[in-house]
Amino acid sequence: MTKTLEITDVTKSFPQPAGGSIQVLDIPKLVVNEGEQVALIGQSGGGKTTLLHLIAGLLSADGGSISVDGINLTKLSEQGRDRFRAHSIGYVFQTFNLLPAFTALENVRLGMTFGAGKADNQRARELLNRVGLSERENYRPGQLSVGQQQRVAIARAMAAKPRLLLADEPTANIDPKSAESVLDLIGESCRNENIALLMVTHDMQIASRFGRTDRLDEINLVVSKT
Amino acid sequence: MNLIQIAWRNFCHRALSSILTTLSLSLGVGLVVLVLSVYGVISEAFTRNASVGYNLVVGPKGSPLQLTLNSVFYLSQPIENLPYTEYLEFLSKEKRTELVDRFRGDESLKERGGRYAPFIGDGYAIPLALGDYFGEFRVVGTTPLFFEKLRHGPTLEQEFTFSIGRAFKEFSEEHSYFEAVVGSRVAKEMNVGIGDEFFPTHGDPTGHGHDLGFTIVGVMDPTGTPNDRAAFVNLEGFYLMDGHAKPLEESDTPEESEQSEAVESADVSDRVAKPDDYRLLSIAEREVTSLLVRTENIIFAPSMQNAINEGFRAQAAAPVGEINKLMGLIVGPLKNAMLIITLITCIVAAVGILVAIYNSMNDRRRDIAVMRALGARRTTVTNIIIFESLLVAVIGAVVGWVLAHAAIAAYSGTIEDQTGVQVGFLTTTGNEIWILPLVVLLALIAALLPAWSAYRTDVGSNLSD
Ligand SMILES: Nc1ncnc2c1ncn2[C@@H]1O[C@H](COP(=O)(O)OP(=O)(O)OP(=O)(O)O)[C@@H](O)[C@H]1O
Ligand SMILES: [Mg+2]
Repeated sequence: MTKTLEITDVTKSFPQPAGGSIQVLDIPKLVVNEGEQVALIGQSGGGKTTLLHLIAGLLSADGGSISVDGINLTKLSEQGRDRFRAHSIGYVFQTFNLLPAFTALENVRLGMTFGAGKADNQRARELLNRVGLSERENYRPGQLSVGQQQRVAIARAMAAKPRLLLADEPTANIDPKSAESVLDLIGESCRNENIALLMVTHDMQIASRFGRTDRLDEINLVVSKT
Repeated sequence: MNLIQIAWRNFCHRALSSILTTLSLSLGVGLVVLVLSVYGVISEAFTRNASVGYNLVVGPKGSPLQLTLNSVFYLSQPIENLPYTEYLEFLSKEKRTELVDRFRGDESLKERGGRYAPFIGDGYAIPLALGDYFGEFRVVGTTPLFFEKLRHGPTLEQEFTFSIGRAFKEFSEEHSYFEAVVGSRVAKEMNVGIGDEFFPTHGDPTGHGHDLGFTIVGVMDPTGTPNDRAAFVNLEGFYLMDGHAKPLEESDTPEESEQSEAVESADVSDRVAKPDDYRLLSIAEREVTSLLVRTENIIFAPSMQNAINEGFRAQAAAPVGEINKLMGLIVGPLKNAMLIITLITCIVAAVGILVAIYNSMNDRRRDIAVMRALGARRTTVTNIIIFESLLVAVIGAVVGWVLAHAAIAAYSGTIEDQTGVQVGFLTTTGNEIWILPLVVLLALIAALLPAWSAYRTDVGSNLSD
C-alpha cells in the first residue's frame, strides 16, 4: 500500500520567552496510507497543531523527515514547500479561517488560486453543492452559520484535489449536531476523492468514529517521557 | 482569482478607509491637474494673443513689457506717446507725401521715404492711440487698416469678422469721423449695439467724458484675443476730441489755422457730413501711442528692431518674446510653487495610503497566514498588498484627473470668455502624462512598509488555532 504520509524521527522544539527551548515533538514513526482516515487524539498543548503545521510545511522540523506522496519536504526550500502545500495539502482549521472579504464561492476558489493557477469555477460550484451550500455561494462568511462556515472551509480544503487532508479539531467550535454532519462530510469527501485524512482532536467520542485512532502521547516520545 | 481581484476584494472590504484614502489622493491629483491646466491656459492665452499677425510693437522708449501689455493686451497704465513723424518713418515716400499734403505738415517730410520703410515692404504699420476708456474697457484709436490687416486664430489665418455691422471707415457721410467698432465682450457687458453712441472718458475709467461721441457701426465676433475687450474708434475722430491734440510750439503752427474747430452744424443729425466739417489735426499736433508692425519678411524683424532701438525716441518690442520672459520670470515660478504644494498634497495622500494599510495589518495577518496555508508564497501575499496600494493610486489618479477635467469642462465657457482659449474635457497639458507614473511610484513607496510586514508575517502563530 502506498504511504501518503510518512514521518520518521521528527523533532521540534520552540525557543522559550524566558530563554532556552522546550521540546514539543519527538516522533519516531507515523504513517498514513493512501486513502486512509486517521484520528490522532491528544491533550491540549500536546503538540497536535504543531505536528499538522510541520506536515503542511508551515513549520520546519528540527530533525527527521516528513514525506508526503514520496516528496520529502524537509529537503524543500520555502518556495518548494509553498508549492507542495498548494498542490498536496488540504487544511481544515478549528476556527475555519475563511477570508471575510470573500464570498463562499470565492473562498473555495482561493483554495485553488495558489496552486497551478487554474481558478476552476465549475469545480468550486460543484464542491459547494456537495457541502450543501449552492444556495449560499454569494454569502460572505459573516452571513453564514458556524456549521456552514466549516462546510465552506471543507470545500476550500478539497478544492485543489490534495493528497492529504489535515483537520485540526474541525468540530470544536460547532454544536454537536452540526459536528456530526461536518465529520460525515469530511469523511465522505475524502473517500470520494481518495484523499488521506489526518484529523487531530482531544475528543474521544470523535476519535471513536474512525477506523484507526492513534494516541499522540503514545507516538510522541516527549509526552510519554513527561 | 488573480492577485488583482484579491487586492480589489480587500479594497472593498475596508470600503470606508479605502474610499477616503483614494479620495484624498484624487484631490491631490486633481489639484496637480488643475495647476497644470490653469498654467496651460494662461500661457496659451498670453502667447497666442501676443501676436495677432504682427511681429513688433513700436512705442516710446521705456519698458518693453509695459509697451507689450499696453498695446497688445490693453492692460497696464497708459504710456507716453510718440510723435506722428515717428509713424511716418515706417511709410514709403509716396505715402508720406500723401499724408503731409492731407494733414498739413513740414514739407521736408516729403523729401524722403521712411527710415524703416524698406523693412516693411508688403507688411504694415498700424498706429494705435490709447488712453481713453469706455466704461471699464480700453478705447483704441486706430485706422481701418487694423481690421483689414490683422489676423487671429491658432494659425493666424482668421480675419476679424463682425457679428453685426462692419469695420469703421475713416470718414462716412452718416457719422463723419466718429465711427466705432466694439469687441464682443464690450458689446455684451456695456449692452451696446449698432447705432449706439458712446463718449470715451479720458485717462482712466472714472475720468471725465469727452463731449464728442462715437457711433458704433460694428460689433466684432469673439476672437479670444484682448480685442474682445476693446472699443475701437477712428483715429481721426480720436484726434478731434478735446485734449488729444499735442500743444504746438510757435514754429509748428500750421498755415490754415483760421478754420474753426468744429463747424456748428455738426450736431444736426440728419445733415450729410462733409470731410471739411472738422479741421483735422496737423501732423505736428498728432501723436501715436504705439505702432503694430509687420515686416515684409519675418527675418527682417530683428534687424528692424535693432535699428529702432538704436534711435533715441522709439523702442521696438517683440511681444512673443516679452510674454515668454514674463511667463519665465513670474508665471513659471508661480506655477512651480503651486505644483510643489499640490505634489506635497499627493505625498500626504500617499502617506495616508501607508497609514491605512499599515493600520489594517493586524487584521490582515490572519488572512495572510490563511493564504499562506492555502499555498500562497511570501511574494504572493506581498504582491497583494502592493496591488492594493496601486489600486488606490490608479483609481485616485483617474478620479482626480476626471474631476479636474470635469471642472475645467464645466468652466470652459467662462474660460473661453475670459481668455479665448478653448478647453474641453479632453484638453490635456503635456505634463499630465507624468501624473500616473508619479502617483504609482508614490503608492509603491507607501506600500513598502506594509508589504515588508506582510512578507514577514509568521504563518503558524497567526492561524489562531
Ligand atoms: N510558536 C511557538 N513558540 C513557542 N512555543 C510554541 C509555539 N507554538 C506552539 N508552542 C508550544 O508548543 C506546545 C504545543 O502547542 P500546540 O499548539 O501544538 O498544542 P495543541 O496540541 O494544538 O493544543 P490545543 O489542543 O490546545 O490546540 C505548547 O506548549 C505551546 O506553548
Ligand atoms: Mg491546537
